Amino acid sequence: MTVSATVAELVREFRANGRIVIVGASLAGLRAAEALRAEGFTGSLTIIGDEPYEPYDRPPLSKQVLKGWVPADHTKLPRLREVNAQWRLGVAATGLDRAAKQVRLADGEQVPYDRLLIATGTRARQWPNPTEAALDGVYTLRSRDDAMRLQQALAARPSRVLIIGAGFIGSEMASVCRELDIPVTVAERGSAPLVGALGGVIGEIAAEMQRDHGVDLHCGLGVSSLEGDSGGHVRRAHLSDGTTIDADVVVASLGSIRNVEWLEGAGLASGFWGVGCDGGGRAFDINGVVTDSIYVAGDVARAPHVLYEYQFLAMEHWDNAVLGAQVVAHNMVNLEPHYRPHLLLPSFWSGQFGVNIKSVGVPPFGDEIVFTQGSVKERHFAAAYGRRGRIVAAVTFDHGKWLEYYGKLIEHSAPFPPPPPGWDQPPEMKPIPAEFPAPGVPTAIPDVVLTGHDPSERRAEFRPRR
Amino acid sequence: MAEETPWQQSLRYANRANPYPFYEELRKTPVARQPDGSYVVSTYREIVALLHDNRVSSDPTLLPAPTPAEGEPITETIISLEPNIITQDPPEHDRDRRMMTPHFVGPPHAPHMISDLEPEIRRLTADLLDNMQGKTRIDVVDDFAFPLPVTIICEVLGVPLEDIPRFHGWIEAALDALDFGPEAASEEIQSRRAGGRRAVEEFEQYTGELLDRYARQPGPGMLSALVHEDGQEGRMSKNVLVSNALLLIFAGHETTVNLIAHSVLSLLRHPDALEKLRRRPELIVPGVEELLRLESSVQLWHTRSAREEIEIAGTTIPKGAQIFLAYGSANRDPERFANPDELDLERPDNQHVGFSQGIHYCFGAPLARLEVQVAVGEFVRRVENPRLVEDPPPYRHNQIFRGPRHVLVDIDGIRD
Repeated sequence: MTVSATVAELVREFRANGRIVIVGASLAGLRAAEALRAEGFTGSLTIIGDEPYEPYDRPPLSKQVLKGWVPADHTKLPRLREVNAQWRLGVAATGLDRAAKQVRLADGEQVPYDRLLIATGTRARQWPNPTEAALDGVYTLRSRDDAMRLQQALAARPSRVLIIGAGFIGSEMASVCRELDIPVTVAERGSAPLVGALGGVIGEIAAEMQRDHGVDLHCGLGVSSLEGDSGGHVRRAHLSDGTTIDADVVVASLGSIRNVEWLEGAGLASGFWGVGCDGGGRAFDINGVVTDSIYVAGDVARAPHVLYEYQFLAMEHWDNAVLGAQVVAHNMVNLEPHYRPHLLLPSFWSGQFGVNIKSVGVPPFGDEIVFTQGSVKERHFAAAYGRRGRIVAAVTFDHGKWLEYYGKLIEHSAPFPPPPPGWDQPPEMKPIPAEFPAPGVPTAIPDVVLTGHDPSERRAEFRPRR
Repeated sequence: MAEETPWQQSLRYANRANPYPFYEELRKTPVARQPDGSYVVSTYREIVALLHDNRVSSDPTLLPAPTPAEGEPITETIISLEPNIITQDPPEHDRDRRMMTPHFVGPPHAPHMISDLEPEIRRLTADLLDNMQGKTRIDVVDDFAFPLPVTIICEVLGVPLEDIPRFHGWIEAALDALDFGPEAASEEIQSRRAGGRRAVEEFEQYTGELLDRYARQPGPGMLSALVHEDGQEGRMSKNVLVSNALLLIFAGHETTVNLIAHSVLSLLRHPDALEKLRRRPELIVPGVEELLRLESSVQLWHTRSAREEIEIAGTTIPKGAQIFLAYGSANRDPERFANPDELDLERPDNQHVGFSQGIHYCFGAPLARLEVQVAVGEFVRRVENPRLVEDPPPYRHNQIFRGPRHVLVDIDGIRD
């Protein structure tokens, strides 16, 4: 038998009889499972998830669900095909033994795998003071249960809601409160809402939008402490400028934490920014060596990106989960030269204050911004981000149909500023500083982060020189 | 006389039933300059790029002026030279489309608007098929494809059903007078021009009077709602409102008629696909996309032009040049669609340009999809042993809105 015939036989055998375990039963996990079956994998498939629910869709949680249009349990993800998997829901993975090739579960069980997909995503960062976080009326928003509880709290018409953090989720929640005609205060440590993801120029527009819709917006200050009443219900927040805000619902919208603790000791390149992997989703070990049996997809993955100087890019976006899962599933049941790269231009959308915000590329990679189409005053516009004479990202307010155009320019590293449009030119088309906060300035961490070349934890053992 | 370009040949009436061999030739030069200085774009990738390019205008008043030999601007006879959402550029386009959308498909304002029409579409479809009981020969165009969409669009807009024969006549006259090809200068077309222009004027006058009636006395439907629009962006001016109303009435059924007729025709030409659809009726949903890809209801679009010099596919389109987008060719581009001339109801990744793309994406697409899914799905289910009487069938003259004039089919009966 030739070597290539042996390899082909190996792939066939694995597809027929291999064991694949997916840790994480949300969007990436489900879509990967479906893609594995579509790729012809007929072996055993186990999906482990810490939540007790079948995979559900998260984007509606901060919008339609909070508004009360859609019940939290009506967000189940559509199934694209049979996955014929063993579902282990409501039990978290707590450890990984790479030598024995087993995943350890919270109930003590060990689940063996031949190939493993890590899709454990992120969780909401909790209010840092545990006593205050435990007060009634203090919420975070990430899961279906979170959304259900918060929706009920809003339906009870609180006298004021305080949202701590004006990233996308915080801003969307503030928008829902205003639509429900509930008084809302937003406290943001950065100079403006969305400043981490889109910079200060756009942040200023977002701030005006919030104020126009009656949000009591405070930027450049933090919340020092929360105060409860004798019944253990939150009543008041103390701000860093010494003032207080009375509120009976407080939502901590402080960004997310990647779920990597269960990988402690497994020797993978995992840490604060997620699990490092190559462009095809194969996990790196702590020494930067690619593994053959462990893959990563979704929010928890970080991989080098060809468009952004090969820096590691972490993308907490819906299409990254879907498309990354499909690529990884393909690579899990193939060998070289059939590997595929996950070459995604990041993009996301948000709905707030009646405006559809979309972005493509990595805005914080840019240092300049230019308005390219439409009117900032009317809040219908497109703007491009540039760095060293190249376009690296774009953002649109109610101009989403132009995103594809800018996406193509970014893919081709087209010159910045881009050519002016043939109509609907903004009055001023000069690039200006995009005003991203300097590293270290406290603000919401953007959903897309360039995390440099360095592994986040340096635990490699260096071989001594002989 | 110079030899005709593949584009000119594809536009000849004799080739209306099968322009595809000429498109194939045309695609060898993705962006092809024509003798009159216009540029024809025929490949999928380049059409999509231009549909998303903000240096391209849709405004026909910016097109180079026709030479005296060419006569009147051809755009005048299609609908009207007054602006509407298909011929406007931003920001006017965006504002007017924003005003229209909530009255038609616009979630969150009316998320069920289109799906709520389904019972009515089913009822009309059933009536039309019931009326075929006892017949051995039907005309798919007159007996089926035309009555359904025209009735629905009248109900959606609030146009009296008894006026259908009147505006149908005007539309036919306007469409027959429009020609971009080598036959434009022919006596026949020239003689239709005056009639076409008169028809458009009468149609405009009719629609203006209808809107006036709704201004005095509000009624059901979208036109009345637009007349009484009082949102923060104000109301469209009378001439723009009339122009958009014409567009909605016309585009709201003409393209769907052609798609239903072409869908039946294509399925009868591909018995395997027809049989598959009988066995698996749910395939009508992806099937409609494929049927539209295969025979696109809007074969080309003619009002675009370059506002700046545009580099594309190794060609420079000069500032001001007219750009023809050959949708019908892009949808058969083998670089984008494997075996493009085949009908594959389950074609993967079928992102055709049958509804265009970008800001001028078909306003009525959700309604068209539903109508054709129901109509063609029910035709396949209920009509017994349909057989084409002649292939190809006779075609209508128009090059943009390409469709058969009649599709005669022999049948054995109508199932319940």
